[in-house]
Amino acid sequence: MSDVPSYHVAGLVPTGPRIITSRFEQADGYTYDGYVRSGGYTALRKALTEMTPQQVHDEVKTSEMQGRGGAGFPAGTKWGFLPPDVFPRYLVVNGDESEPGTYKDRLLMELDPHQLIEGVVISCYAFRAAQAFLYVRGEMALAQERIAEALNDAYANNLVGKNVLGTDFSVDITLTWGAGAYIVGEETALIESLEGERGMPRLKPPYFPAAKGLYMQPTIVNNVETLANVPWIVTESGQSFHDIGAPSSTGMRMFSVSGHVKKPGVFEVPNGTTTFRMLFEAPEYCGGVRHGRAVKAFIPGGASAMWFYGEHLDLPLDKPTVDKAGSMLGSGAIVVMDETTDMVAACWRIVAFFARESCGKCTPCREGTTWLERILKRMIDGHGRPDDLATLLDVCESISPGLAWPPRQTTICPLGPSAVSPIASAVDRFRAEFEHYVAHGRPMDGIHRHAIHGAIHHAPIPVGVAGA
Amino acid sequence: MPDDPTKNEQTTEAEAVDAEKTEAAVDAAPETADAEPETVPEAPPAEGSASDEAKAARGGSGVDDDAGATGDDGADDEPATSTSTLTVTIDDRPIEAPPGQLVIDACEDAGTYVPRFCYHKRMSPVGMCRQCIVEVEGPRGPMMVVSCMTPVADGQVVRTATDGVKRAQEGVLELLLANHPLDCPVCDKGGECPLQDQAFSHGPGESRYVEEKRHFEKPIPISDLVYLDRERCILCDRCTRFADEVAGDPLISFTHRGNDTQVLTFPDEPFSSYFSGNTVQICPVGALTATPYRFKARPWDLAQVESTCTTCSVGCRIVVQSSRDELLRYQGVDSDAVNWGWLCDRGRFNFEAVNSEQRLKVPLVRASGDALEPTSWNAAMGVATQLIEEALAAGGPAGIAVLGGARGTNESAYAWAQLADALDVPYRDAQLGDGLPAELLDLPRATIDEAAAASTIVLLGPDLKEELPVLYLRLRHAAERRTCRIIELSAVETGLTPYAWRSTRVEAGGSAGITDALGADDVKDQLGKGGVVIVAGRGNLAESVDAATASLRAVLDAVPGAKLLPAFRRGNVVGALQLGLRPGGLAGPRRSEAKNGSGTPEPPGVPAAASTTVLDAIGILGAAADGKIDLLVLLGADPLADCPDTDLARRALAGARRVIAVDTFLTDSSATADVVFAAAA
Repeated sequence: MSDVPSYHVAGLVPTGPRIITSRFEQADGYTYDGYVRSGGYTALRKALTEMTPQQVHDEVKTSEMQGRGGAGFPAGTKWGFLPPDVFPRYLVVNGDESEPGTYKDRLLMELDPHQLIEGVVISCYAFRAAQAFLYVRGEMALAQERIAEALNDAYANNLVGKNVLGTDFSVDITLTWGAGAYIVGEETALIESLEGERGMPRLKPPYFPAAKGLYMQPTIVNNVETLANVPWIVTESGQSFHDIGAPSSTGMRMFSVSGHVKKPGVFEVPNGTTTFRMLFEAPEYCGGVRHGRAVKAFIPGGASAMWFYGEHLDLPLDKPTVDKAGSMLGSGAIVVMDETTDMVAACWRIVAFFARESCGKCTPCREGTTWLERILKRMIDGHGRPDDLATLLDVCESISPGLAWPPRQTTICPLGPSAVSPIASAVDRFRAEFEHYVAHGRPMDGIHRHAIHGAIHHAPIPVGVAGA
Repeated sequence: MPDDPTKNEQTTEAEAVDAEKTEAAVDAAPETADAEPETVPEAPPAEGSASDEAKAARGGSGVDDDAGATGDDGADDEPATSTSTLTVTIDDRPIEAPPGQLVIDACEDAGTYVPRFCYHKRMSPVGMCRQCIVEVEGPRGPMMVVSCMTPVADGQVVRTATDGVKRAQEGVLELLLANHPLDCPVCDKGGECPLQDQAFSHGPGESRYVEEKRHFEKPIPISDLVYLDRERCILCDRCTRFADEVAGDPLISFTHRGNDTQVLTFPDEPFSSYFSGNTVQICPVGALTATPYRFKARPWDLAQVESTCTTCSVGCRIVVQSSRDELLRYQGVDSDAVNWGWLCDRGRFNFEAVNSEQRLKVPLVRASGDALEPTSWNAAMGVATQLIEEALAAGGPAGIAVLGGARGTNESAYAWAQLADALDVPYRDAQLGDGLPAELLDLPRATIDEAAAASTIVLLGPDLKEELPVLYLRLRHAAERRTCRIIELSAVETGLTPYAWRSTRVEAGGSAGITDALGADDVKDQLGKGGVVIVAGRGNLAESVDAATASLRAVLDAVPGAKLLPAFRRGNVVGALQLGLRPGGLAGPRRSEAKNGSGTPEPPGVPAAASTTVLDAIGILGAAADGKIDLLVLLGADPLADCPDTDLARRALAGARRVIAVDTFLTDSSATADVVFAAAA
């Protein structure tokens, strides 16, 4: 591709330090002893004893680390949005990772909970919050257990709580977990859930939790991976972080790859310089598409992203580049579909997820996503009607006018349009497959209806974690 | 004689017995003093969803409240100068709009109706139905926004009818109808249904939804009065929001998720709210129906007239609807000054008494035997005249007493007072020993609006949630919006206790506790801010009126400049008292004495009040018990049921030589009368 940045030498897989996955292969990395033995909590000690809160904040700003939750908003800038002198203020850790195909935060919480806690305490110190809430997805029992244990150890060792490490900085961390709703990953819905309400997005202004969030107080909501990076930034400096990857997407970043690759898993790769092709094909990463087949399509950043195709393989994993190409990196969930994949079934599978996860608050999402799901289901069950494709697109239009990217929406939050993206993608590129289903009640030759199960339906347990 | 409410306004010779007309209220009281409330703004008769349609001239308050909710009690969005107006262009027409107003209201004021389901003027907007999408010009071109969540801004350009807007609105309507059963022909809402109406005006015309619709058990009772049909429900959050936000009884709520979302009560907990009927009225579809009205009429067959509820002294604006000469329904009318469209269930559903088989239809006269027997109006009038003449001959005017009159209109109260004046009868009282001395009405009085807008409300007396439910809603609203602080002084916890800034248990009738409670430093500071309204009534019928008065005096001593909002029990008690049915009172608005005392001749034949002992209801009943009353006239009064001292009432009815009663039913008291006139209701 012509717009591959020049600092990338084709064919060479870029490398970088293991920043947050460094303890993934350490058997006791999740324990307090294991964490301290491998250098844990030195960053906290450094921050609290050698740096002012502003200095810590400045380092994070310098790093230009983009939030890893999906929107990619620079964390240091977000912290700067807190209104000065309004207290109490809170840090909410978004551990409600539920995007299909994403499982990086889960591994971070399961394999290195202390690193997250250290990042949380340092961050609270940086923007002077005395209370943090760790919100972990309801289904992640092991993560909850390990964080709870880690929190107890951290409290016992005076790393959290009153007068951390003997300084006059105190912070409490409360562990709490959800009840299994995807939408609670959206930050305002998460705040609602934390407050004990139904997990539905807030729509009252002010929209930005930094101004009015939890209990209407200034609140920073950060993703697990974002905060896990903070100790390294404090130890090694923000500039060191900034030096890794591309200037537009700094640092190392975790990507969860699933689907039709030989070696699906979570990989920490240099942000912005690694290309999709490298990630899929390099032996140290996914090791190629299964059975040596070609990539038919892949989802670059979570189920709500527009799909990419073969021509996008050489794009770097760089936020602005991917945005410009018409999709998003989101939370780094990449799903690869090989050439035998049934696109109608893939579409249905994703839409069914969103229909199931719609909170039901606003009409277009509640009624529309279910309608879309039913039409697609009818198609793949062989009961398609001639006008189904037109109706499908028209209902999409009612949810997301123009079917454009970034999507416009008639809904309250982006969940509704998320169900539209895969349809818009698939119909645009594979219309013939839909028409074939309507006409013949079965997929086109050479397409395996159940191929989708390997890709999306059963998101694989990560089998390998590799780092460069 | 089944009553057609449309005939309520008739004034015929039957006016004398028309003690039960529905036109009466605190707020309909005449302008007797400068402090009187202004006349209630005329709200148009409601057509079904009255509160929607009623767009009376709105003061700033309601609108500002709504906007305040949007801004989450932060004044961030609102410019400090609320007097200035903003210029907004709506569909190429520039209009002026007050700051903080929502685009949907600004459009409506400009004559452009934006379709909506979840939005309700009296509740905070939630933007859930997405029907009110319009285009607002933004920095990056036109943006689709929901107009119920978007405040107006200066220079804002709004378009409500572009192709994009029409497409979006049609899309949302098609989606709303996707799972709607479209059983309009058998639905009570058909004909007054916002979903039906707006499907015609803003919908796509036909549905392409061929999938199976959502199915639920057809209507399930969620309370004794309300049925819920979840298949018709469009999940607009109006009823659930009302229950939570307006009534404070969050007993219905959304359950399940996504496409399975439904409104339900909690297990084993019915929707037992005093205000449940309002959810039926504000439901934009036929999902909620009220038991008494189900399958009774079609909206286009209803005859209707606007009136006032007389169940309590709040005087809610209602529209009385009937079909085939049968009263079928009351709906609340959105009156800014009074009830904002809400009614309590007691007021909304008590019309069933009007249709009762046991209503008195003809006059009754006690025949030579002991039984009351039906007779003609002329004959009954004749007997009544004879009884009055006999009483006058026996003991003069001081032998006659008139009790009651609070359930009727101002006009009927005035007519009765005039009659009493003409006969020189001094003994009259519209209360039955269950209120406060009528002189308190001469204190500076507050309207409901003034009370709700006060900086401090001192509650002294009854549990408003039980006795004056809609006043409870208004004060609760003010307290919830933090626009006022409620100081409650009562012997027990009341419905408003959870919303009170200070709630102090004071001994019934005790003034010491009140002085202490109001003397606390922070309370003093709060009271010192001025704008204090005292809501006063009898907290407890067992306490004496003197004790209740002493309590009020103690409050007045602590807050000398406070205004008073009487919280009396009976429907039009304030109107009746002011128009002359008060102890020692004279007929006619007291205004005539106050305003132009020089020019107004005294009403003919009025005895000097000082020459007669002024007796209130308890005194009158005592006199009757002592055999000093020759003729007792009961105007819709049932002392045996309503007077706190039942024994006294029993002795009084036995002691009075003759009794004339005007009533809708043969009550325990009217059953003892010699002549009973059938009253309209």
